[in-house]
Amino acid sequence: MNIGHLLIIAVASILVNNFVLSRFLGLCPYIGVSKQLDSAIGMGMAVIFVMTMASLATWAIYTYLLAPASSIWKVDLTYLRTISFILVIASLVQLVEMVLQKLVPALYRSLGIYLPLITTNCAVLGVTVLNIDKRFGFVESAVQGFTAGIGFTLALVLMAGIREKLDLADTPKPLRGIPIAFIVAGIMSIAFLGFSGLVTE
Amino acid sequence: MHSPILIPILTVGGLGLIFGVGLALAAKRFAVKVDPRVEEVLEALPGANCGACGYPGCSGFAEAVVEEKASVDGCVPGGAAVAKKVGRIMGKEVGEGIRKIAFVQCRGGKDEAKVKFIYQGLQSCGAASLLSGGAKACKYGCLGYGDCVRVCPFGAIRMGDKGIPIVDDGKCTGCGLCSQACPRGIIALLPASQKVFVGCVSKDKAAIVKKACSVGCIGCGICAKKCPQGAITIKENYPWFDYEKCTGCGICAWVCPTKAIVDKVKARPKASIGTACTGCGICKEVCPTKAISGEKKERHQVDMEKCIGCGLCFERCPVKAIDMVGALGWVEEGKGVA
Repeated sequence: MNIGHLLIIAVASILVNNFVLSRFLGLCPYIGVSKQLDSAIGMGMAVIFVMTMASLATWAIYTYLLAPASSIWKVDLTYLRTISFILVIASLVQLVEMVLQKLVPALYRSLGIYLPLITTNCAVLGVTVLNIDKRFGFVESAVQGFTAGIGFTLALVLMAGIREKLDLADTPKPLRGIPIAFIVAGIMSIAFLGFSGLVTE
Repeated sequence: MHSPILIPILTVGGLGLIFGVGLALAAKRFAVKVDPRVEEVLEALPGANCGACGYPGCSGFAEAVVEEKASVDGCVPGGAAVAKKVGRIMGKEVGEGIRKIAFVQCRGGKDEAKVKFIYQGLQSCGAASLLSGGAKACKYGCLGYGDCVRVCPFGAIRMGDKGIPIVDDGKCTGCGLCSQACPRGIIALLPASQKVFVGCVSKDKAAIVKKACSVGCIGCGICAKKCPQGAITIKENYPWFDYEKCTGCGICAWVCPTKAIVDKVKARPKASIGTACTGCGICKEVCPTKAISGEKKERHQVDMEKCIGCGLCFERCPVKAIDMVGALGWVEEGKGVA
């Protein structure tokens, strides 16, 4: 594990395997919170934060509880991955919300309303599961979680920028609003296909 | 005991228990005291999140009120009713404020105002005003692309047929968002009881105004001369109203040669001279429209066609022989002649 390896993970999860545009995870906030640039940035920051925390917490749960179970109790517990990760993420988000409200009210006010939205976001669950699937270590998981959040923010901010301009554009009437947003999302996804093959993991 | 069923149950259950207890402890440890009055104030507010109070949305205002940073009557759209409710929660008395509503100070629609060029860009006043000051020949007038209509959180403004926005007095809460949105700054907040106002903001000389618009104020000053209350002063080619003095008699609107002064009264009462008339002739002299006729020492007559219901004769009659009759929607909120 060296810096180059981590950099490849970073580039891969920001551009090549962008969680929204290549893996099609977290599409709900991608359409829902991309109407305005401000809220898109707020949501993006919250996702980066939660993805990093969740990556660390779930990695620890999996490595020190679920994986060793087969050797200690002679029972394979790895199939409990999904449900226990959801549990971990949900309680983590709650905890983070409380801590922020108490200690950093300013950050809470800017992220606060987005945090509960992320509780059961599939992109967050997705990144934690991928960490395990790829047999990542602690640092690699943290990097993947953080950069996946950055990739999500990138997609969200790009989308918000385009949709802010779209509001002013002379769009054909049947396509106004969500339909044109879907078309734009599709085109953006195709554009991100251009990154495929940039790095091979 | 190493059953493949029991261990998973215990594991997930244990995790849930640990997280649950952890969250419960954290909730106590990190509990933030929220003043219950914030919720109460928030419920009393209209919830439009219009931002007219200067705080980010209704919740921001509610917090500011509870922290005593904002005054309890800071909610403009809510008006006196909400101020009273908020005041009750905060234990403060609130005085009655004057209700203000939006007045569009331009009447130059499609037929009245001339255009310099044909504008085909973005259908927004903000954008249109950037292109050499808008397409209208008048540099003050309403552009008519409805920025005010879109910004109104209460649906109180609609675009009229002539391309001039029309304010629904009943729905308008006086929040002032339209006034801020208008790039021309021609939407004024005036007392809701005001019935007569200048429908033009042009301070140009008469020749320039006449070239640009047929209903613009040319600053002739006839209204100021004819106003029985002396409520109008001419400064910078423009009649300035003193709303404290104005009784809304409507004479200025009637005398205005370009009809730039708007009279919102739909129907005014007409003067009617009773049998007590001594024929002194005072009413005949004060009538601005020469609607009263009659010989000295005989009962005078009112020409109903000419009478505009200004009420001057009613006020001046020494024997109280004059009545104002048929007051439809006229005597309102203590203003007026009767």
